[in-house]
Amino acid sequence: MLLRITAPLLDEVIERLHSGDMLAVSGVVYTGRDAAHRRMTEALARGEALPFDPTGQIIYYAGPCPAPPGRVIGSIGPTTSGRMDAYAPALIRCGLKAMIGKGPRSPEVVEAIRTCGGVYFAAVGGAAALMSRCVKQAEVVAYPDLGTEAIRRLVVEDLPVVVAVDCRGGCVYDVTRADAPRPFCPRV
Amino acid sequence: MQYFTFLCLGIWAAIGVTGMREIEAAAVTRAVEALCIESNVRLGADIRAALRRARGEEHGALSRAVLGMLLENADAAEADHLPMCQDTGLATVFVTLGQEVHIVGGALGEAVQAGVARGYERGFLRKSVVGDPIDRRNTGDNTPAVVYYDVVPGDRLTLTVAPKGFGSENMGRVAMLTPSDGLAGVMDFVVDTVRRAASNPCPPVIVGVGVGGTMDKAALLAKQALLRPVGSVHPDPVWAEREASLLRGINALGIGPAGFGGQTTALAVHILPHPTHIAGLPVAVNLGCHATRHGSAEL
Repeated sequence: MLLRITAPLLDEVIERLHSGDMLAVSGVVYTGRDAAHRRMTEALARGEALPFDPTGQIIYYAGPCPAPPGRVIGSIGPTTSGRMDAYAPALIRCGLKAMIGKGPRSPEVVEAIRTCGGVYFAAVGGAAALMSRCVKQAEVVAYPDLGTEAIRRLVVEDLPVVVAVDCRGGCVYDVTRADAPRPFCPRV
Repeated sequence: MQYFTFLCLGIWAAIGVTGMREIEAAAVTRAVEALCIESNVRLGADIRAALRRARGEEHGALSRAVLGMLLENADAAEADHLPMCQDTGLATVFVTLGQEVHIVGGALGEAVQAGVARGYERGFLRKSVVGDPIDRRNTGDNTPAVVYYDVVPGDRLTLTVAPKGFGSENMGRVAMLTPSDGLAGVMDFVVDTVRRAASNPCPPVIVGVGVGGTMDKAALLAKQALLRPVGSVHPDPVWAEREASLLRGINALGIGPAGFGGQTTALAVHILPHPTHIAGLPVAVNLGCHATRHGSAEL
């Protein structure tokens, strides 16, 4: 069964989510990746406000392709979330509720998600043309000089994601079999 | 009359004496431009077939859904003429130049780079290349591409464009093993590379392996191994069996599509072995994502 949720996210919605759930996200999502995160963290360190109010919001780790004529945005899939691990806990403590990206998170991020009641979604890496169809509006709201890395405010409809880390710290990536057999010739 | 004489002399000089076939640099630029766009928009039929087969074999709802989404994405990219992945990559271009070809009207290397710049601009592809690796300022047109030249007999020019995103490129590894590490050492290194990469290279992956040569040769072979069609069998039955064994070992890791668990962590393992030194056993692994892109044209 596919769950539908709408951003900004309410706490009671987040509490119902479990790692491994497939969801469709609608509503407002902000894009931001490496360079934008560095700038936001520097702004916080100087005691300045963030370029958007993160309370209850979702950040999508993505750097889209340019929009061809007649389209809202080009292809837009997730980038590797691990590179934002150094920045994410501070944003979560500022009220950020959710992140969309791909790949596992650091123990510090999982801990921040758990203590602040957040959630981390994984989108399918590379399914970027499909996700472009889900974006109904897009506008650059900060750091336009960063090009693809600028912060964009998107309005999305049914963006497909999977709950990767839920608010209890449950993680979809704990799947690798360390005991996987090695069917090769034995060492001599 | 004088003009006609010069013209005849010119043709005689170009064909009669040198026997060279002329190819315009502009034709190279046009071909590279088209290949950059096509390879980013159209997923190869070989990978599509492998994804379909994998979806049929997966048991989990999540892994089947991910594989279905990847197939749907390939259709959406083609229908909307959008790149299948937003990371349209750093382009590697393999130029195979027949020694009887003479490029006219410009420098070959510049013609290739101009094709990449035009393809990324006109195809609305993401420009992901920074100039200085420390200053990290975007060059704005996705150049320079990495270009390899090979000179072969004949009068044909073959261009292969292989754009690669860095989610997968960042997960590649090289090891200078020693001869005593042997086949088991090579196999372990390959599986361990996939295990460490986990969900990062966008599985199911295509595993390119270069064994032998020098450090740099092994790395190049690992990338070239990704160009082989998925589903093809290694021409040497001994290496074919090693590829099959590695694929079984990798798919037993359980990483699965998008790293959410499942039996399809890799679609294929391609190995390119090469003669090496008595004291060495270089091995390189280049992981290609489920959207491993490449396209070729012959001029």
